[in-house]
Amino acid sequence: MKDDVKKRGRILRAPENFLDANLALEITEKGLNEERRGFLRKSFLAASAALASGSALAQAAASAATDGDVNILTLPEHSTTLGKPVAANPYGVPSRFETNLLRRESPGLTRVNAASVSFTPLQGLFGIITPSGLHFERHHQGWHDIDPGRHRFMVNGLVKNPKVYTMDDLMRLPSVSRIHFIECGANTAMEWGNVAVPAVQYSHGMLSCSEFTGVPLSVLLDDCGYDRKAAKFILAEGADGSGMTRTIAIEHALDDVIVAWGMNGEMLRPENGYPLRLVVPGVQGVSWVKWLRRIEVGDKPYATKDEAIHYIDAMPNGSYRQYTSIQECKSVITTPSAGQRLLDKGFYNITGLAWSGRGKIKRVDVSVDGGKNWRAARLETPVLSKCLTRFNIDWVWDGSPVVMQSRAVDESGYVQPKINELRAVRGTKSIYHNNAIQSWKLDVSGEVSNVQVY
Amino acid sequence: MFRCTKAIAALSLSFACASTIAQGYPNIGRVATDKEVAAWDIDVRPDFKGLPKGSGSVTKGMEVWESKCASCHGTFGESNEVFTPIVGGTTKEDVKAGKVAALTDNKQPQRTTLMKVPTVSTLWDYINRAMPWTAPKSLTTEEVYAVTAYILNMAEVLPDDFVLSNENMAEVQKRMPNRNGMTTNHGMWALKGKADVQSVACMKDCKGETKIRSELPDSARNVHGDLSQQNRSFGPVRGVDTSKPPSTEPVGSQVRRDAVANASQQVKVAAPAAKDGAAVAKQNACMACHGLTNKIVGPAFSDIAAKYKGDASAVSRLTERVKNGSSGAWGPVPMPSQAHLKPEDIGTVVKWILAGAK
Repeated sequence: MKDDVKKRGRILRAPENFLDANLALEITEKGLNEERRGFLRKSFLAASAALASGSALAQAAASAATDGDVNILTLPEHSTTLGKPVAANPYGVPSRFETNLLRRESPGLTRVNAASVSFTPLQGLFGIITPSGLHFERHHQGWHDIDPGRHRFMVNGLVKNPKVYTMDDLMRLPSVSRIHFIECGANTAMEWGNVAVPAVQYSHGMLSCSEFTGVPLSVLLDDCGYDRKAAKFILAEGADGSGMTRTIAIEHALDDVIVAWGMNGEMLRPENGYPLRLVVPGVQGVSWVKWLRRIEVGDKPYATKDEAIHYIDAMPNGSYRQYTSIQECKSVITTPSAGQRLLDKGFYNITGLAWSGRGKIKRVDVSVDGGKNWRAARLETPVLSKCLTRFNIDWVWDGSPVVMQSRAVDESGYVQPKINELRAVRGTKSIYHNNAIQSWKLDVSGEVSNVQVY
Repeated sequence: MFRCTKAIAALSLSFACASTIAQGYPNIGRVATDKEVAAWDIDVRPDFKGLPKGSGSVTKGMEVWESKCASCHGTFGESNEVFTPIVGGTTKEDVKAGKVAALTDNKQPQRTTLMKVPTVSTLWDYINRAMPWTAPKSLTTEEVYAVTAYILNMAEVLPDDFVLSNENMAEVQKRMPNRNGMTTNHGMWALKGKADVQSVACMKDCKGETKIRSELPDSARNVHGDLSQQNRSFGPVRGVDTSKPPSTEPVGSQVRRDAVANASQQVKVAAPAAKDGAAVAKQNACMACHGLTNKIVGPAFSDIAAKYKGDASAVSRLTERVKNGSSGAWGPVPMPSQAHLKPEDIGTVVKWILAGAK
């Protein structure tokens, strides 16, 4: 070892096995401390020289107050100690500094939290993909973590061969992976009348977007030999206590509906239907039946509970619109948004999300004067059909109060309406399908709050 | 993908198709047995396709209701303590007209199930597949008919001595108060449907006032908790501390900047919540019927603790009651069995209740 040190060259190779196995394991598990550093010094002189910066650290800390930011002048622990080894978190979790962003319930929304909603924290997310752990939940009778080995999927009704598939069967079939938004038909429901909630998480958070992987339903309907003449509708049915059932028109079922097991590269999370759910692009979340156990092919709609009592739209003449399914074009600014505070005047990137159940987003306009004047925002790629689209626009705040809004236009030419335009047609008793322009008020204090402006 | 000609006899037809399927995706899936299809094919359509033969009386329905339904839906189906009321807001005139008048005059404080539901099959199907709340699919066919009949009796659609059956359900359908209340004449079903609201994308000097019509009332500012704890602690914005009133101080003073810079360095890391009795009670919807200190449907937890104070047998008695349900101890509304709870969770929650539920 002495000879090694004397050799010329700027980089000295550590001798093989200079740490014994026990010490190496201990450092791996617990990181370095002074005691273990001592061992290292004795073990290898060159290594101990590199670690002898303790006194320099103390000096830096002493002068930090006057000479600059302590975060620069004083080397922190993470720069001076051994970090955690690979796979210390074998299934990764977010940083411990990210625990503010969680799915949350809205107090008082429902009395029973097994039939309730948790909202996605849109205010803190980037891009268009919702992290799987933050994907909103809506359960009608609580969630279960179902054993995929015992889960069965059946197709029956107007088919030549009613069939049963295991997860093994389904996952052998040709699959597709597509990115789509899912939005509850009641998203923004509480704002039909007046402003009711303090933040975008609660106003728009029944919205998520993921890459879903599965087999197109058309493949399975073909495989069972569905009756091409008589089939007009399918009924999708869940395996949970509520046995959630929804009617879907056969044209849509054959188009882009997916029997999905994958979400963002992993299996579905239990709260989102593990191991199997339906993906029905463009249509409200209740039709994306979770824990999917059965598809029945039929010739008439089924008028199930959530098609005859809930998810129906109250009209001013006292009638209800049944089978309202489509999520029409909508957008919302997520930063800055209500419940947030701007730190200072100056430059900001206003950013948010736009989506349409009828196809791609064509344009998003942003107003910072309550809807008098609008500028077209930049659309981030990818811009996909029935998928969230992220928009951005540059803005310099001069410190005066403003009202900011976003307005999306989809490829069908549909323009996101104002709340009064929606009410003029649908009245005020409706709950579902509020896709109105959202207004946020920014005060001189920097605080942003939820308002209605038209 | 494959075809079967009509010339082939029915039996060999299914055979021929099965073998053709095998050419598409060999060894994927298998044909379902008749028993398997029957076990799962439980849906009932408005034309009564899928309705099993059977019957149930209003009288029997009342019996089932009081033991298995009233704890959540109220003795007369009118409670909104747990779910939206089922009964209420319909009249004899509505039964005649098939359209509920209260949906137009909006005199009812809440829209009940019976005010909305147009089809009796919907009630039958949902009760059959999803009720009772904690034990779905446990009712017999007779009980489903009976409870459906009892709900319609409470809504004054059916007389006290009625027996609902698969034979007479079509006649009952003609009495549903809102049977003519639905429309599918709109563009919001099909993806290519026509939108009902047409807006225009004005870009400059647009008409209309930019008037603030509605704001969150001050009383609701902190109802969703402190928003400063629901936003990232760094980046372009912070969450508002909603436990304090809104600031009127203009943004950007040096003092504020320092405060913000300091806040950025002091990220609080919340400790994970321990699985205590309160958490178990919340997770299992106990709080839907019991308040900590107030009676809801069932007694307040604090009242239970007071009643059993010093009672050595309290743990075993309460454990038994949570598990198997009970009636008569606190009034006419029975507590349904909570047999779906894990024994250790029952133990946790019972100990927590007896310790005062704090």
